[in-house]
Amino acid sequence: MLADKDRIFKNLYGQHDWGLEGARARGAWDGTKGILEKGRDHIINEMKASGLRGRGGAGFPTGLKWSFMPKESKDGRPSYLVVNADESEPGTCKDREIMRHDPHLLVEGCLIAGFAMNAIAAYIYVRGEFIRERERLQAAIDQAYEAKLIGKNNINGYDFDVYVHHGAGAYICGEETALLESLEGKKGMPRLKPPFPANVGLYGCPTTVNNVESIAVAPDILRRGAAWFAGIGRPNNVGTKLFCISGHVNKPCNVEEAMGITFRELVEIHCGGIRGGWDNLLCVIPGGSSVPLVPADQIADAYMDFDTLKNLKSGLGTAAVIVMDKSTDIVRAIARLSYFYKHESCGQCTPCREGTGWMWRVVSRMAEGRAQKREIDLLLEVTTQVEGHTICALGDAAAWPVQGLIRHFRHEIERRIDDYAANPHSDRVPVAAE
Amino acid sequence: MTKLIVDGIEVDVPADYTLLQACEAAGNEIPRFCFHERLSIAGNCRMCLVELVGSPKPVASCAWAVRDCRPGPNGEPPVVNTRTPMVKKAREGVMEFLLINHPLDCPICDQGGECDLQDQAMAYGVDTSRYWENKRAVEDKYIGVLVKTSMNRCIHCTRCVRFVTEVAGVPELGAIGRGEDMEITTYLEGAMTSELQGNVVDLCPVGALTSKPYAFAARPWELNKTESVDVMDAVGSAIRIDTRGREVMRILPRVNEDVNEEWISDKTRHVVDGLRSQRLDTPYIREAGRLRPATWSEAFTLISIRIKDARPNRIGAIAGDLCAVEEMFALKDLMTRIGSKNLDARQRGSMIDPRWGRALYTFNATIAGIEKAGAALIVGTNPRHEAAILNTRLRKRWRMGQFPVALIGDRADLTYPYHYLGAGPDSLAEIAAGKGDYADILKAAERPLLILGAGALARNDGPRVASLAARAALKIGAVKDGWNGFCVLHSAASRVGALDIGFVPGEGGQTAVQMADSGNADMLVLLGADEIDVAPGAFVVYIGTHGDAGAHRADVILPGAAYPEKSGIYVNTEGRVQMAARAAFPPGDAREDWAILRALSEHLGHKLGYDSLAQLRQALFAAHPHLMRIDRIEPSDSGDIRRMADVDGAPDKTPFAPVIEDFYLTNPIARASAVMAECSAIAEGRRNLTAAE
Repeated sequence: MLADKDRIFKNLYGQHDWGLEGARARGAWDGTKGILEKGRDHIINEMKASGLRGRGGAGFPTGLKWSFMPKESKDGRPSYLVVNADESEPGTCKDREIMRHDPHLLVEGCLIAGFAMNAIAAYIYVRGEFIRERERLQAAIDQAYEAKLIGKNNINGYDFDVYVHHGAGAYICGEETALLESLEGKKGMPRLKPPFPANVGLYGCPTTVNNVESIAVAPDILRRGAAWFAGIGRPNNVGTKLFCISGHVNKPCNVEEAMGITFRELVEIHCGGIRGGWDNLLCVIPGGSSVPLVPADQIADAYMDFDTLKNLKSGLGTAAVIVMDKSTDIVRAIARLSYFYKHESCGQCTPCREGTGWMWRVVSRMAEGRAQKREIDLLLEVTTQVEGHTICALGDAAAWPVQGLIRHFRHEIERRIDDYAANPHSDRVPVAAE
Repeated sequence: MTKLIVDGIEVDVPADYTLLQACEAAGNEIPRFCFHERLSIAGNCRMCLVELVGSPKPVASCAWAVRDCRPGPNGEPPVVNTRTPMVKKAREGVMEFLLINHPLDCPICDQGGECDLQDQAMAYGVDTSRYWENKRAVEDKYIGVLVKTSMNRCIHCTRCVRFVTEVAGVPELGAIGRGEDMEITTYLEGAMTSELQGNVVDLCPVGALTSKPYAFAARPWELNKTESVDVMDAVGSAIRIDTRGREVMRILPRVNEDVNEEWISDKTRHVVDGLRSQRLDTPYIREAGRLRPATWSEAFTLISIRIKDARPNRIGAIAGDLCAVEEMFALKDLMTRIGSKNLDARQRGSMIDPRWGRALYTFNATIAGIEKAGAALIVGTNPRHEAAILNTRLRKRWRMGQFPVALIGDRADLTYPYHYLGAGPDSLAEIAAGKGDYADILKAAERPLLILGAGALARNDGPRVASLAARAALKIGAVKDGWNGFCVLHSAASRVGALDIGFVPGEGGQTAVQMADSGNADMLVLLGADEIDVAPGAFVVYIGTHGDAGAHRADVILPGAAYPEKSGIYVNTEGRVQMAARAAFPPGDAREDWAILRALSEHLGHKLGYDSLAQLRQALFAAHPHLMRIDRIEPSDSGDIRRMADVDGAPDKTPFAPVIEDFYLTNPIARASAVMAECSAIAEGRRNLTAAE
């Protein structure tokens, strides 16, 4: 279990003052100027040494990402930092808590990250539904401006602006290039890569897009040293992480824990165990709706980190742990996720636009049992036709839950089809007029 | 240049090539729907996926630049595979997705037979469907009178959206909704206002956007295709005329990089129904104020009687906007034999004189040359209406950036921003004097253009306007070694050809305006001249195709052939000599115009010396050898411009007036077209709406 002294988000539950005073009391904005004075290379090297992997889902090393930014502008284009606060992944609610209760960590992180990548401003793109969070974040930014922590001629010695932009609530705008499009005032549709944002990003300028959590942990890493951060967790999967545990546990919660804690520990210590005991656990979606589910026997003692879960053919994603016990209608649950992806597909590229609807329709029928067994393989093939063929990762995200379902619960789908076929006169048989 | 291995074949291509182009360079066709050479890259159809060795996923070859490919560990060239199982599976997958919600409309779809989706489904798809759900249904949209929508068929390639946004510059199409509910629409279902909207029909790879006037009219395999040249404006766009039997069914663009790339204006495309209505198919004679059908010999006899009463210097000939060079040459020949010097092809009263030199009446920079220009000064013309295709080149150049445009004349929406300098010659005089900030901007630009509308010369002080324009061109450096940016933009297809053969008044001859005035002429031959009002008095012989203004005024009507019905030479505004081909036959008793003149000449006792079109052309080429060089531009002498600049005198202050009031109704064929009338009414309604607001 993570010791209290190692926590970065000390006000995760909002018991203390969120404002500048409270944040300072918890250590924020402490020695920021000193960190900046150590220079760009120092910050980036420290971030690399800390082993922080991006907290937005893909787990790309943050320090490395920062190092892709041009050291100096050769053609007069400024650089930008964009913070992705469009937290829309079903099951995930970590960035929201940061913005609500510890917004100054994020603001300070923006300044440091912006300095490290020579950016002139940070844009924080806040999810459309997060109205109070945006207000709180804006209030924190206003406090920081007032205290001359950011802005022109601030006491930290690096001119830097932070802007909050409010999205309109589309899931796809959490994809980094769609986010940039949306920020530019266009329709939120992902861009083709290459060129990558570090080259051509916001308004055609070099841009780095980071998750809120990745930015918010940066100041503490630099204050306490990369070795401290790298010392927590397991090799290549280090540091602390916010886990959002929801579903059939006794006490669902958000908690900051060390990476590489086992699932069993996570649930026992923080969530009061599985509802109905461990024998009642059916499966877990360990990283938000986009990753495949993992059945109970594989997940129970698995380490909750990027590499372990990848080996279980799933992923840590945003560490949104969705726990499902045996009362869950797993096929219907995945059908609901399929509906979500069908609804949120932007419609730009063919496989995702057409494939998400197809998958949803087939899975929905399977949830009722109104399908043929051969359609299971058909469905699996459709998911592979979507996966890897799209512009952005939404196609993959739509395909994986269905793949996970078929991989682990094919027997359940088949049972339903048999039940349905054995009872062809139940009420759920559609009438001809439909 | 970068080396690349495509399916085992090494190719050496420029680094800015996309993989798709590199694959084509290696001789591999890559299927595509959204990709189009002249539009921005969308990369959304995913049909062009190829395997890039080293990349875990297949990549969209249309969007992946060769320079983005990483070489192998020992510097081996990147390897691209287009025939591996991975690529095959990707293509089949994408094709299946495209087809699951595409209706099985092919038997009733106008795109059938020339449908990219059909063709590629045959080549890259699988034979059966595995999709048992209901297909998506999308409501059809109203987007104007030229484009019919059938939105169930849309595959969301967004070519149409990109075309209207980028090329046409009227961003009225867009996508609403998202995911599988995405729909292409004009948002509020208004009619598109672009004069290039017909091109979206060609661009649409499926049958979602089809031609409304052509709906259900013919199948592509029933049509005879004739490659020809358009005469609706002076650009001379390359077209293909599709005929079934003797009827022209539709007109499509052809690729001509030098002129129209692959776009044509809506007037060019949809004037087709005008070729069928209001046609003159037999000679007419006016008796007691009414026209009655007659035979050819009756008509010729009447003319030969009336010509005896007329003195040669009171006989005149006016050539219209759509005439080919051959018939004007024959008419000039005939008039010379009769002894008249009253010839004019400048119906609208333009003062352009071929004796000034060819550089003063052609678009010297050439249309393709616009892309090399560094700035433009547009004087007294609205290129969007007078030469819509040329305007797209200007817009294309503007989209490349660093292209300041200034306008003198009537303010209009040209689809790109411009700096408005003023309405009349005063503003041009300021540029010629090098006064004002904009003169400096134009001077500083490399290779500036001065585009002078022919309409700006259709005034009494025309020569002085031309001289002033020449001075301005010299001042801003538009005329220098290796660059002649002095460009005259004509609006009539026949004009440059007429000036080339000298179809203008001889010494002491009358101009078109003088001839049309009352009391100046006893007899007038109008060769398709409908844009001029002939005062009562003169005996008018009208040779033309449609029952339009000229026919209404005529005393004798000799039915001629419209442009798809005759082979003829046209010289476009650049001075490019182009030959139009015959695709159909004139209706009824109508004949080709040169043949009418030849027959008439015999009746009048001034027999022309050629019995066939080939002989006529021989005579023409002997007199004007440059007309022989088809598709070429005879270089003009920029010294003409310097000489013209030395002519003194300032034009008066009258502002330049627009030449074309209604883009859709500029010639007799367009005025006979119901489709053009509808377009015009919509455009008119739009104007009224704006006025009322």
